Amino acid sequence: MRPLPELTPENTAFWTGGAQGELIIAFCGDCDHAIHPPQLVCPKCWSEAVEFKTVPGTGTVYTYTVNHQPWMPDMPVPFALAVVDLDGAPGVRVTAEVVNTDPETVRIGQAVRVTFANVDDVWFPQWEPAQ
Amino acid sequence: MTLNAAITGVGMSDIGRKTNRPAILHLAEAVKRALDCAGLTKDDIDGISTYPGKADNSPGMSPLGTGEVRNALGLKTRWHSAVPDGPSQMAPIQVAAMAVATGQARHVLCFRALTESSSQTATRRASIPGAGRARLGGWYSYLVPANAMSASNWAGWMAQRYFHEFGMTREHLGLVATGQRAFAQKNPSAVMRTPLTMDEYLGARMISSPLGLFDCDVPIDGACVVIVSAADAAKDCAKAPLTIEAMGAALGSQETWDQRTDLTTMGAHDSAADMWKRTDLKPADVDMLALYDGFSIFVPYWLEALGFCGHGEAKDFIAEGNIGPGGRFPVNTGGGQLSGGRLHGFGLLHEACMQLWGQADGRQVADAKVAACGMGGGFIAGSMLLRRD
Repeated sequence: MRPLPELTPENTAFWTGGAQGELIIAFCGDCDHAIHPPQLVCPKCWSEAVEFKTVPGTGTVYTYTVNHQPWMPDMPVPFALAVVDLDGAPGVRVTAEVVNTDPETVRIGQAVRVTFANVDDVWFPQWEPAQ
Repeated sequence: MTLNAAITGVGMSDIGRKTNRPAILHLAEAVKRALDCAGLTKDDIDGISTYPGKADNSPGMSPLGTGEVRNALGLKTRWHSAVPDGPSQMAPIQVAAMAVATGQARHVLCFRALTESSSQTATRRASIPGAGRARLGGWYSYLVPANAMSASNWAGWMAQRYFHEFGMTREHLGLVATGQRAFAQKNPSAVMRTPLTMDEYLGARMISSPLGLFDCDVPIDGACVVIVSAADAAKDCAKAPLTIEAMGAALGSQETWDQRTDLTTMGAHDSAADMWKRTDLKPADVDMLALYDGFSIFVPYWLEALGFCGHGEAKDFIAEGNIGPGGRFPVNTGGGQLSGGRLHGFGLLHEACMQLWGQADGRQVADAKVAACGMGGGFIAGSMLLRRD
């Protein structure tokens, strides 16, 4: 059983947008700065006008690793973990497991799109090949 | 430039794997040895400092807090500090240096004690953040739920990107691992002392690509102590004080492992640049290096951060034989954490001090006078230059 994040005012949109199939990122309503991990105040201009906006849910693999070590009992291995530069949210990366593909085929520069896995009240972003 | 602070003694317990020895006994042994090294008694100790402090929810990761050590060893400290958030595993040393420099203490006992090896079970690892907690908060709540549970995953991302940009290969990291094992063979206190060949390194099981088993440091049970003293108080000690020439602790990016703009650099780069601003010494003045090697990939990052080679050039610097036995800039001469065991940087500082005191039997760097120390990986980092006059 993977540990779950505590849902807070700043992160609930990110962790639950998947219920509607949407990847939601925090943006500053004043300076448009993309904020991740999400905050309730803009780290750039300190505005409290933080908004949660749906982004396309696509991106490019900045880096990845293939995990072979079972860190928890019954953890299926191997699996790929990708750090993805997000389309529509400059400077923001979303890190998630890569699914629906052979982990050994994941590459830097690969185009991926988001899919979600639901556990309790959390919808985890996961990546799959865009094509 | 010189800080009004020096290291006057170090001590390490007999470290091992699955010792089933309580942490306080490891620590008491390390404290005795450090006091003997410094020529001090327990009544001289008036400060105590540790990283990260007691961590009850992470078995064996940090079983001792400052208060219980003070009670157990009958210390009469007036100043104490535990630093879970701060500039890396070096934080307790840096904070202690500031305490003695500001007159709040004269001799500070800085310690790290772990029973990670004995505490590790089939279901619990001390190194998994938030182990045992129902819900996660903080930066790792964006990593752990994605099954990016281990620092080996996070370091794997860095290594993969670095390989991609600069053409580093596993053979380069293998030179780090096998070189440090060659040093460990000359260090009776290292836990991994059998020879390690490149073939064995390359053939070992993968942990988190491109990092394999021998790219990861070794969980152990043990304790290590570093005594930081005010410069005037240090003159009364048994050994030549090791002056803290300069320190750096900058963090120039978000406090997360995946959001730094360029993951071919890490907090080390901010910290080291900050340190060099406050000294006239240069990398060429350095005789040996103590570089955090929780994972082998941190060593080339630290070499570049500290300016021993340019960005992207560490693979060639390593391949040229600079950092192994007989090299111009030997790194982690006691075997490091990859072969010596994971004492969260304290073991590396212990070795640096023994080198500067000329007591690294069998692996002594001739006339070592200046050590460059870099602790931490990912976003956390602390840098320090130690000097024997």
